[in-house]
Amino acid sequence: MSLLDSSFWEVFLASLSPEIWKDLWGPIGETLYMTAISSLIMLVFGIVIGILLDITNPNGLIPLKVSYTLSGWLINCLRSLPQMIMIILMIPVARLIFGKSYGTNACIIAIAASCIPMYARIVESSLLEIDKGKIEAAQAMGSKNISIILKVLLPETLPSLIRGFTVSVITVLSMTALAGMFGAGGIGDIAVRYGYQRFQHDRLFACVYILVILVQLIQGIGNLVSKRILKSRNLI
Amino acid sequence: MSAYLQIKDLHKTFYPHGQPLKVLDGIDLDVEKGEIFGIIGFSGAGKSTLACCINRLEKADSGTIELGGTDILSLSKDQLLKQRHKMGMIFQNFNLFDSMTVYQNIAYPLEISGVPPKEIKQRVSETAELVGLTEKLKAHPGALSGGQKQRVGIARAIVTKPDFIISDEATSALDPQTTIQILDLLKEINQKYGITILMITHELDAIRYTCNRMAVLEGGKITESGLVRDIFENPHSKTGELFAKVFMLFQSPEFTKGEGI
Repeated sequence: MSLLDSSFWEVFLASLSPEIWKDLWGPIGETLYMTAISSLIMLVFGIVIGILLDITNPNGLIPLKVSYTLSGWLINCLRSLPQMIMIILMIPVARLIFGKSYGTNACIIAIAASCIPMYARIVESSLLEIDKGKIEAAQAMGSKNISIILKVLLPETLPSLIRGFTVSVITVLSMTALAGMFGAGGIGDIAVRYGYQRFQHDRLFACVYILVILVQLIQGIGNLVSKRILKSRNLI
Repeated sequence: MSAYLQIKDLHKTFYPHGQPLKVLDGIDLDVEKGEIFGIIGFSGAGKSTLACCINRLEKADSGTIELGGTDILSLSKDQLLKQRHKMGMIFQNFNLFDSMTVYQNIAYPLEISGVPPKEIKQRVSETAELVGLTEKLKAHPGALSGGQKQRVGIARAIVTKPDFIISDEATSALDPQTTIQILDLLKEINQKYGITILMITHELDAIRYTCNRMAVLEGGKITESGLVRDIFENPHSKTGELFAKVFMLFQSPEFTKGEGI
């Protein structure tokens, strides 16, 4: 049903009909799969790179000016690529790894490549928030750098790291929708093929509901977890 | 016999906007074993930098620091970590770890120095009892008052049984009543365990209450040092005079009567 020949109300009602939704469960699964795997890859690499950025900072634990400047420059370069271009650039890489340049797994590579630099920056800024006095205290007690990172830096900034991760997962989700245009499947694929190319606006509407609900859920869980932690530490 | 902590001709220059700023300009200092030695100075006099040079959180440019016969400035990285296990530090802002409970905070210095878990448990509960925190071991620092937080800070500093503690403005963020309690606690651990304490502060009363000997730090130099009584009665430096004046003011009958000055 299209807005071109039906009223908004009719399209809205049609968007709730079971025939439309029975075709959507599969794509929802694909979207969730892509979001989950990409987020996991982003989490691991983002945390590691974020820690490296934080400690090699001129005021960090192990100041390395050259490496800090170079990696900062590289990350800025990667971040200045629009997500769509990143997907196109990653096509050969995906082909190298999976043997084909389209499909859900191929797009996961592109999404991770695009979101890791962003999340690394978010991790870095979370880690920089820590009260320098805590690091100083840990050093004064004779901590090795590795125990400062694992026992002080990460646990102390955990609530902020979780909030940053939540924001980044939502970015990953919106990127999976974009990746739908490049054969990744998922909700974005439905929205483009039916909503854009065939003017089936009822299906487009249904896709919008799903994305809105997913974003609310992700943000809600992130807020809840970080608040719980703050509360258990008596900080709020 | 030479002093326990011996600092000779210590220099440290920072370069904040490219301009040299002499923060420590030839410090000479002797602290005897088992005493509480006070260092007083206005903000910017170089007190905290001096404290940080002693455990090498800051690297001094030149000079020597000898602590119990160990040349601090020539220690290798590993030796420095071991040396730091043997010296405690207390901070103005407590610098406790919010992610850990009081128990974990006190246990942390033992964990990183490889003390076996059984001994950790015993040492933490002993220390908690000493500082009066047995009831609070499961709480997070966020739930404690300023005085209680500083007790955790002190427990954390003495749990490794150090010979030497640096107290960097330990009571400056506390109200007068709590200050006295914390100072009493510092005196107690000094007498009970013979821990040498270097007390850095800008509070006159804290020094008068706790220390026997003191030094006045002014513009990166020690302008006078000696018995607390002598310095208050007969100051020779600008800072000393000013502190003595403030002290006299508070002692004057007009002031204590509450009639204003």
